[in-house]
Amino acid sequence: MSMIHFSVTALRKQLAAKEISPVEVVDALLARIEAIDPQVKAYLHVDAAAAREAAKSADVTRPLGGVPIAIKDVLNVKGDPCTCASKILKGYIAPYDATTIGKLRDAGAILLGRTNMDEFAMGSSTENSSWGSTRNPWSLAHIPGGSSGGSAAAVGAHEAFAALGSDTGGSIRQPAALCGCVGLKPTYGRVSRFGLVAFASSLDQIGPFTKTVEDAALLMNVLSGHDPLDNTSSRQQVPDLTARLTGDIKGMKLGVPKEYFIEGIDPQVDAAVKAAIAKYQELGAEIVEISLPHTEHAVAVYYILATAEASANLARFDGVRYGTRAEKPTGVLDMYGRTRAEGFGPEVKRRIILGTYVLSSGYADAYYKHAQKVQELIRQDFHKAFEKVDAILTPTSPTAAFKAGERTASPLQMYLADIFTIAVNLAGVCGISLPCGFTMPEGDTPRLPIGLQIIGPNWGEETILRAGHAYEQSTGWHKELPPI
Amino acid sequence: MEYEAVIGLEVHVQLKTNTKMFCGCINKYGGLPNTHVCPICLGMPGVMPTPNHDAVVKTILTGLMLECNIATRCKFDRKNYFYPDMPKNYQISQYDEPLCEGGAVTLNLLAYPKDAQKLETTVVDKKVRLVRIHLEEDVAKSQHDEGQSGVDFNRAGTPLMEIVSEADMRTPEEAFAYLTALKQILIYGNVSDADMEKGQLRCDVNVSVRPKGQEKFGTKCEIKNLNSISAVRRSLKYEIDRQIEVVSEGGTIRQETRRWNDVKGETAVMRIKEQAHDYRYFPEPDLLPLNTSLGLRSEAEVLMPELPSAKKARLATQYGVSEYQASVLSSEVALADYFEKAAEAAKDKGLVANFLLNDYLAINSDLSTIAVPAPWFSELANELTAGKINSKQAKEVFGLMVSDNPGNLTPLEIIKAKGFVQVTDTGALEAWCDQAIANGARSVADYKAGKVAALNALKGQVMKLSKGQANPQTVGEILEQKLKAL
Ligand SMILES: [Zn+2]
Repeated sequence: MSMIHFSVTALRKQLAAKEISPVEVVDALLARIEAIDPQVKAYLHVDAAAAREAAKSADVTRPLGGVPIAIKDVLNVKGDPCTCASKILKGYIAPYDATTIGKLRDAGAILLGRTNMDEFAMGSSTENSSWGSTRNPWSLAHIPGGSSGGSAAAVGAHEAFAALGSDTGGSIRQPAALCGCVGLKPTYGRVSRFGLVAFASSLDQIGPFTKTVEDAALLMNVLSGHDPLDNTSSRQQVPDLTARLTGDIKGMKLGVPKEYFIEGIDPQVDAAVKAAIAKYQELGAEIVEISLPHTEHAVAVYYILATAEASANLARFDGVRYGTRAEKPTGVLDMYGRTRAEGFGPEVKRRIILGTYVLSSGYADAYYKHAQKVQELIRQDFHKAFEKVDAILTPTSPTAAFKAGERTASPLQMYLADIFTIAVNLAGVCGISLPCGFTMPEGDTPRLPIGLQIIGPNWGEETILRAGHAYEQSTGWHKELPPI
Repeated sequence: MEYEAVIGLEVHVQLKTNTKMFCGCINKYGGLPNTHVCPICLGMPGVMPTPNHDAVVKTILTGLMLECNIATRCKFDRKNYFYPDMPKNYQISQYDEPLCEGGAVTLNLLAYPKDAQKLETTVVDKKVRLVRIHLEEDVAKSQHDEGQSGVDFNRAGTPLMEIVSEADMRTPEEAFAYLTALKQILIYGNVSDADMEKGQLRCDVNVSVRPKGQEKFGTKCEIKNLNSISAVRRSLKYEIDRQIEVVSEGGTIRQETRRWNDVKGETAVMRIKEQAHDYRYFPEPDLLPLNTSLGLRSEAEVLMPELPSAKKARLATQYGVSEYQASVLSSEVALADYFEKAAEAAKDKGLVANFLLNDYLAINSDLSTIAVPAPWFSELANELTAGKINSKQAKEVFGLMVSDNPGNLTPLEIIKAKGFVQVTDTGALEAWCDQAIANGARSVADYKAGKVAALNALKGQVMKLSKGQANPQTVGEILEQKLKAL
């Protein structure tokens, strides 16, 4: 097996034993990227020279020593561009490192390049990128999911051993499911957001894409913890998340919410997830039917709260200090107007307008404040459920990857791609998606990955990783290689 | 018809902290443009605010000093509007849960302008109620040159308190007194230097007029560009007269923002109040709500200073100085502190107060330049009290001590160097008196004829004969006795 197919855990063993060198690893990966990325288009920017240089002095004794990692273009990496796949940030060079980037550097990781995404993390297919869309490594005619589609495709196509993404309503888990890799959305406050260009500050979390559940635990060990620069990051202790991945989950109580197995869900997805539930039973877990009664309101609540925050978060892109500025403005209002009209794509504009509207006087009570109340009910749903169960099993996405261009005309259709992931962000709890099967090939569509979502309570990363790992080891879906 | 004005003030105060409100940049006035900045206060993509602990404590302290209710829990909100001065195009402020609510500023007599202190209309110790005090971040400063504009972000992110008063003031003098008293308390608490010229204290005025006796407020105008407390007074005077003139001629006041022109001494329309701005406030998701009961409030309580009114009362009783002297001494913390050190070892504390307020401050308005160690005041005063020197000599020593003392001599050393002693030996004094009477036949005759003032001429003779060392009081007594016996 070529080293590019190694998990991070396997790679580390080889590096530590000096079977291979970090330089060889980087070279192999760069060759892979050169060979297939023109088709997948996962990367926006690969810094080959810097990665080779870092490989030479990599300290393989560190937790991620010598491991190349890809970074979603929404995180500030000092000295690198950080465009959020938006024209408005063209030319912006990050003057500082995001806290998570600093943590990766300290852990010895090699920063390989920047991955594509939906503009400002707004989208579910990575088609909203100003720099062109990314394709699914399992079928180039299909989308990789989004918004962290570049990171998911890079890991899914084995163009990266791991990648960082951000998840506001499913932007890690949904593309992970569609690209056949593992993606984890940590509990809100578990990982510092400092340096993550904010979409919806109260929902955003940074998390890893990996090939295995154990790798996700490894990365979470590095990324987690309090950051004095992020006031909302938690002081909650971080356990060693790799320590309890024993494969033994006997007696674990897993909830299955009836609201997540509804009409409209792809029958193949439904079947794969139900098979996974049966597998858990086999492994000794207790399956409990539960109810999350306010689930149906999650999408509406999300598109009010997230866009409200986004309308403020994206106000700073005005052409005054960085990024692009409209040519020859006649005055400050003209500069604002044209810079933003030319710089933002249609989906970003749609959300800014929506967010501005729901906060406007006369409407804020009916929309923003009302949505906050419903969010609290959704939160209560989960808290009540976690009094009965250790974790919750659901599909990650109602369908497998869809064809490029298929939903771009209908924002609402696109929004429904996140129907199973959004409530997790609204409740602040953690969730992981891992492969649980494939669709049957049909016509010109090859088999496509299906994702299982495991939702855990606040600070329940250890539980969902244990549950995910046990399933993964007993099934082996993660060993499947994409055709590319 | 008689009219009265209704005045309310919105005051912005920059807090005296080491660093800015939400980042680690130095909080310092001035500097080359854009030298006190970082990604956070420039609003770069991805940055997050970290609240300045000291700024929160100092705002609570201000609330405690002004007897506000301190919220046990409060939060920050985003105030959204586009302006080049605003790095994020929203300001982190507090909307519906401010740190402090209620409270009042007391207008003590000395806070009023000097010429108004004796007026009958001046209401001493009037309480102007506060609506609220909240904490926010200051914005940057724009500069406009021909054809282009620049923004200096040094000021952006400076911790800023907004103190909003009720419309409780009725005269420009009360507004003056409000600002003076407020400034005094801010300086007392070491909360701000409150220098209006440096923009550390900025004031927007709301003013309307109404027929006296009417309860309903008139239409108000807002006055901006007020760079000193006296400008606030003068602008109000102008604006109130203008509004009364309009109203009494049957006109109506238009709600508008007016700009004070300090040179012309008048206000002019800046902008007509359009529809209220929709700031789309919502809770700042990057900051957790603040719980003040978890130590913040007790930290502020520890910093609580003795307030001006309490200090005044204590100085009056502890040092036996007059109420007026106590007011003046307590007007500035530094002055009061200096006085207490100066008077510590003095037998007659009042003498020290006189030296400081009459002899020193009469000439030097600024105490910060005084180079005299405070204990010298006691040393000098005690020599005078003990009768070792006379008051004329004491004044001379004082003059040398404060302004002409190259050798840095102590008062005792100056007295010695000058050879100042006070002769109280009656034998020597009687001899000088006899000599003065013998030489001053004319003065004696005048005195006998009833011109009491003639005694001073004789007294002067004696002082001259004694080279200034005679005790003037004893000399006077001896002369009187001798003249009566003639
Ligand atoms: Zn700064």
